[in-house]
Amino acid sequence: MPNFPPKPKYSAPAQPSSAGAPNTHCCPICMALPGTLPVLNEKVVEYAVRAGLATGCEIEQNSKNDRKNYFYPDLPKSYQISQFDKPLCKKGYIEIEDQKGEPKTIGLTRIHIEEDAGKLNHDEFGGGTLVDLNRAGVPLIEIVSEPDLRSSEEVDHYLKKLKSILEYIEVSDCKMQEGSFRADVNVSVRKKGETKLGTRTEMKNMNSFRSITRAIEYEIDRQIDVLEEGGIIEQETLRWDDVSGKTFSMRDKEDAQDYRYFPDPDLVAIRLSDEYIEDIKKTLPELPESRKARYRQEFALSERDASLLTASKYLSNLFEKTTAICKNAKMTANWILSDISRILNEKELEPNQIPFTQEHLAELINLIEKGTISSAIAKKVVEELFENPESPSKIIEEKGWIQISDEGAIREVVLQILQANPQSVADYKAGKERAIGFLVGQAMKQTKGKANPQMLNKMLIEEIGKQ
Amino acid sequence: MEIYELSVHELLEKLDKNEITKEEILSSYQNRINEKENDVQAFITITDTEAKEQFEKEKNNPSKLAGIPIAIKDNICTKGVKTTCASKMLENFVSPYNATVTEKLNEAGIISLGKLNMDEFAMGGSTEHSYVKKTKNPWNLNKVPGGSSGGSAAAVAAGMVPWALGSDTGGSIRQPASFCGIVGLKPTYGLVSRYGLVAFASSLDQIGTLTKDVKDSALLLNVIAGHDEKDTTSVNKPKEDYLQVLTNNVKGLKIGVPIEYFGEGINNEVKDSINQVIEKYRELGATVENCSLNVAEYALATYYIIACAEASSNLGRFDGIRYGYRTQNYQNLKDIYRNSRSEGFGAEVKRRIILGTYVLSSGYYDAYYKKAQQVRTLVKKEFAKNFAKYDVILTPTSSNVAFDLGSKINDPLEMYLADLCTVPVNIAGLPGISVPCGLNSEGMPIGFQLIGKPFDEAIILNAAYTYEQNTDFKTNKPQFKN
Repeated sequence: MPNFPPKPKYSAPAQPSSAGAPNTHCCPICMALPGTLPVLNEKVVEYAVRAGLATGCEIEQNSKNDRKNYFYPDLPKSYQISQFDKPLCKKGYIEIEDQKGEPKTIGLTRIHIEEDAGKLNHDEFGGGTLVDLNRAGVPLIEIVSEPDLRSSEEVDHYLKKLKSILEYIEVSDCKMQEGSFRADVNVSVRKKGETKLGTRTEMKNMNSFRSITRAIEYEIDRQIDVLEEGGIIEQETLRWDDVSGKTFSMRDKEDAQDYRYFPDPDLVAIRLSDEYIEDIKKTLPELPESRKARYRQEFALSERDASLLTASKYLSNLFEKTTAICKNAKMTANWILSDISRILNEKELEPNQIPFTQEHLAELINLIEKGTISSAIAKKVVEELFENPESPSKIIEEKGWIQISDEGAIREVVLQILQANPQSVADYKAGKERAIGFLVGQAMKQTKGKANPQMLNKMLIEEIGKQ
Repeated sequence: MEIYELSVHELLEKLDKNEITKEEILSSYQNRINEKENDVQAFITITDTEAKEQFEKEKNNPSKLAGIPIAIKDNICTKGVKTTCASKMLENFVSPYNATVTEKLNEAGIISLGKLNMDEFAMGGSTEHSYVKKTKNPWNLNKVPGGSSGGSAAAVAAGMVPWALGSDTGGSIRQPASFCGIVGLKPTYGLVSRYGLVAFASSLDQIGTLTKDVKDSALLLNVIAGHDEKDTTSVNKPKEDYLQVLTNNVKGLKIGVPIEYFGEGINNEVKDSINQVIEKYRELGATVENCSLNVAEYALATYYIIACAEASSNLGRFDGIRYGYRTQNYQNLKDIYRNSRSEGFGAEVKRRIILGTYVLSSGYYDAYYKKAQQVRTLVKKEFAKNFAKYDVILTPTSSNVAFDLGSKINDPLEMYLADLCTVPVNIAGLPGISVPCGLNSEGMPIGFQLIGKPFDEAIILNAAYTYEQNTDFKTNKPQFKN
């Protein structure tokens, strides 16, 4: 259910944002003041069609907006503008890997457009519940999948694939913490061999992969327990609590909601010409699947590396742009998938929050290739790049991290170390090869890691041989 | 003649000849309001001070309408001045923004003298459903002014303003205009922006004019018509000058008169008066023929289903959460909703919300709302069929003249029947104008309605103008009878 980079709201000209102080991003239209009217943000229609075309959907050329009526304080108009019986896209699919790594097709029932509601803050500002309408009226597209997913792992694969596609086609930045990629997860269980699906429960607005996996696992176990004890599953909306790791019932069940859908008379019907759809088709970028195949062929990357790189459009672009400069695809892939990905994880950053450029990364790789710095130093440079994105040469100069490749200087250190550690020298001569590691470590310590490791190694063995 | 008796185009002519000043116009109307408001009760808010301030600012505005007074129905948003919809729900609501039409009046330098009474949320045909006050008909103070734009019609008829804005969802401009002996124009759906008009039924609502004569309708329509990006149902088409089309000539005009509006339920004096209108048009060189609007008998039911369905959704926003009336009496969220709405809305509004909620409910949607939409298509087709043969369609505006205050308040169905001739026009989104054509034996005004093709305002305005130029209804003056 992604929404969109800062664009006019579905219905209102105010800048949408879930960030910012409550109610600072809303106008009379978002607040549903008397007399205001919604206006369809045409961009959201284009985004939905793009998502539809990227997932093999049929596009509905005669579509419309409907009102979904219900009362809730986060819904200022008392109805949500959505699509009921004529979604913009239907009958699509996405290819994922199932638990066994086999390809599996997940059907998409429909993709429709709707507006977001506001947000309720409970007890946040000195008690009571307060309404924040910053998000109200922000357009979003909802992608509904068929009941084809069979485990939390498949859900994880599906969502990651979907996220990747949406990033590629630039329909969403998919920042989950900011709520621009959220999922309503429906879970049901059934006995082996049973063909009919069990009664489902729904968990709304989930926005972390980890929580989604945990919540599904929990809910599967809970439902099995209920059924094994002879109980029945009620169709209801549940709230997942990340702290306790449990789901809780959310709405009182006495209300069987009748949303009284009807076509919104304030918005004219949507008619999409063949030409409009063709134009969007032409602007669709290369999708992850085909990019992956290209990486394997063009850069001889492994299946795993190609797959990991292309999962994120940003990382994939960084890879291509860096390789174009430094001409070393293998090393670029390695650095992105190892150290850079590790730091992103540790810092909980999205790839597009990487502060340095492809020029920085390419320069770093060239410095390693030339032997100006060691891998050990390069790791430190990458850490530094996240804090202080500037030219790696400048970083290593400022920090004094330039590798010592001067033969005389290294030999001097080697001689000092050999003299100070006669026991290790003896051990090495007696056949304990590991002793050389200790000596290298001592030499590195003395040079603060700046000695050229190949030269150091070579010279140590040489000098021991002379003794 | 007193200044307050003149129409706006007459005022402009006198200004041109330096026979009067803009100051004299303003004070004449403000004095008239002071003199007559007690009897007529047309205003919810009188903006004496604001009007004088605005007048000072606009005095040197080169727009020829700068300084001309107006008043606005109280469901059209005016920044900084209360917009109550004549409801307890919005009793103290001040809009922080202007409706598009309000902006257009401001740009032309037209001065608002206040906000006018109406049926609550424009639901009703007598202005008796106002939470604020009961407006009286200037021709007879014991009679209703019609509704829902009853305050607008009464204020213009009483000479308290030279013209006014109203809104028309099923006849709410034309019926009170006819009851008060003035001209009321409901433009084609989409000609005037609805942005800032508090919605009753979005697919039917249209802002229009209430004026002393047809030329003023054209003049005011020139100010308020036009595309607005804030209203996607407003149509983007080139602007027309509606004054230029008034030629005082209807030779060759083909007029259809649907027999359905001359049967049972139409008052005999009204019928006689309309027959004289028909004769007049023949005299003036138009051809008039009987025709048929087959689906006319279903129009009223269709209207009440669609209008109430949309209203039930549109009025959901009055929930006591963000603005407007909130009950004192609540323990939880449901109480806030239930009690704020139960206490804040009047009986007629609640009746329509409940009816509308019912017709949209699952299990009833197909039988009511969907069926009504299908009939709506038939009504449009039926009009289109007639417009293949006729340029305009002529009917009575209302089945009868203004009735006594209180006489129908407990009989909603009887009240709804007064809209019989006007609702099909909204259902089909057509332009309609009500023109006064005589007084009945009790001295109450009768009006006839001309209906045009979509965006044929020019045709119906000229037909109405030509009738008016060749007759003398204007010699009759409201008597403020007690």
